[in-house]
Amino acid sequence: MTNEINEIKAIEVTDLTVAYQEKPVLWDIDLDVPPGVLLAIVGPNGAGKTTLIKAILGLVRPAAGRVLIYDKPYPLQRRIVGYVPQRGSVDWDFPTNVLDVVMMGRYGSLGWFRRPGKAERELAMNALEKVGMQAYADRQISQLSGGQQQRVFLARALVQDATVYLMDEPFQGVDATTERAIVALLQELRAKGKTVVVVHHALQTVTDYFDWVMLLNIRRIASGPVEEMFTPDNLRQTYGGRVAFMKN
Amino acid sequence: MHTLNYTLIVVGIGSALLGIISGALGTYAVLRRQSLLGDAISHAALPGIALAFLLTGSKTPLILVFGAAMAGWVGTLLILSIVKLTRIKYDSALGLVLSTFFGFGLVLHTLIQRNGNANQAGLDTFLFGQAASLLERDVLTIGILGGIALLIMSLFWKELKLLVFDEGFATSIGLPVRALDILLTSLLTVAIVLGLQAVGAVLMSAMLVAPAVAARQWTDRLGHMVLIAALFGAIAGVSGTVLSSSASRLPTGPTIVLCATLFVGFSFALAPNRGLVWHWVRHRRDKEHLKLAASRSVKEIWKRKELTRLQSTPTDKYISKK
Repeated sequence: MTNEINEIKAIEVTDLTVAYQEKPVLWDIDLDVPPGVLLAIVGPNGAGKTTLIKAILGLVRPAAGRVLIYDKPYPLQRRIVGYVPQRGSVDWDFPTNVLDVVMMGRYGSLGWFRRPGKAERELAMNALEKVGMQAYADRQISQLSGGQQQRVFLARALVQDATVYLMDEPFQGVDATTERAIVALLQELRAKGKTVVVVHHALQTVTDYFDWVMLLNIRRIASGPVEEMFTPDNLRQTYGGRVAFMKN
Repeated sequence: MHTLNYTLIVVGIGSALLGIISGALGTYAVLRRQSLLGDAISHAALPGIALAFLLTGSKTPLILVFGAAMAGWVGTLLILSIVKLTRIKYDSALGLVLSTFFGFGLVLHTLIQRNGNANQAGLDTFLFGQAASLLERDVLTIGILGGIALLIMSLFWKELKLLVFDEGFATSIGLPVRALDILLTSLLTVAIVLGLQAVGAVLMSAMLVAPAVAARQWTDRLGHMVLIAALFGAIAGVSGTVLSSSASRLPTGPTIVLCATLFVGFSFALAPNRGLVWHWVRHRRDKEHLKLAASRSVKEIWKRKELTRLQSTPTDKYISKK
């Protein structure tokens, strides 16, 4: 019994294959993510990192394979999953302000026809405070810098109050100070027992920021604790031997 | 005199309603970058009107609007399936469907006119629009159908907003994105086919786009943008109708569209924050400030250099002497 409880996985991906017009972008991926880890997905451009996140969220239809979140398919577990899309995936000239975007994180729990009210506003303000953006609540979103946009998306995911977070390049276009703030926030989430999966680009920070890693290049090269799997050998396999700056 | 006033009032109300509906729903088309889809739907609706008339022999607005909506809907569906099933890109698919349907519509119209059916008079208003031909029953149809469309829009307000802003996130929280997309396109189709009689197929898309583009210049909130676009649409509709009915033989559709375009020009020039005049003033001011700051800092640097020179020279001499 206890054994079984220990084996519950936050995310379980089995034999996942995704293809765009017959060209495989993900091939036969297996991935087990235990609860309470901070996992980096790394790999070269076109390795399928974003696609993997999207497949877990059901945003792209896999050609084969299965994804489970805490032992159930994603549609049954939406409420416990938070999502931070790539900053560049939306038009930031959309006519709305910061607070409004953050409150969108509550739409899922609000359900049809109900408009966000005082409770949602409060949750959103709390989340904005956590990312250091409370002063920007009324700001039009087109006036935000890249790092501020990223933090707004993070705050929107925070108000989802999820157990599992999937984030697509949350450090993209962010300055050093913001990056440290975001890392602190992610580690705080992990400390609370949440599972955080992050598509990550900078190999040099993987060991500092994350405790788990997945090396991906269409196929899964390796996944597991950083100290075991983040090896020069695995990296060479993932990047095809062009990781000169890695001096381990 | 009395009858003239009455006609003008009916036509004015009709055009105002049309402006409100197309302005409000056009906001979504503009924000989703689907302005051209509106153009395709309005052109594709033309054969629907002709077919509805040919099949029923009736000019009841509800029947014609239904025919137009069906054809517009089929056109949209065709565009989407062409994109999905072939390697033809979206814009080419739009052009293809738009011109084919429009051409087919023109052929049908010519056929109807050749037949010399006494009842056919008035069908060609759907090409360039003639608001003056709006009757009480037309206005009633516009009011009821448009009202329903706006009601649905406000019911699904937050869902549609999220769909337009961030479709991926909307999908991830479980919104039926496909269905909402169809809903929004259907509402757009309703706005278009309602406007066909008054504004015409050729220029209807301008009624969707112009008020929304103008409204965007004045506000940074979606709710306000919808309201302002509706207001601009209404004013453009009424002023266009009045102008075209007071000057002899001015076609209504183009006049309404010109009025709406005036709003766009006015907004681009004068709106706060986004307007050109505002930009120019701010640019000038910033430049002045920069110049001032630059000249100040240059002076400051000179002063400091001078100071350090004055301070350092004797010391250096002193040191070197030692």
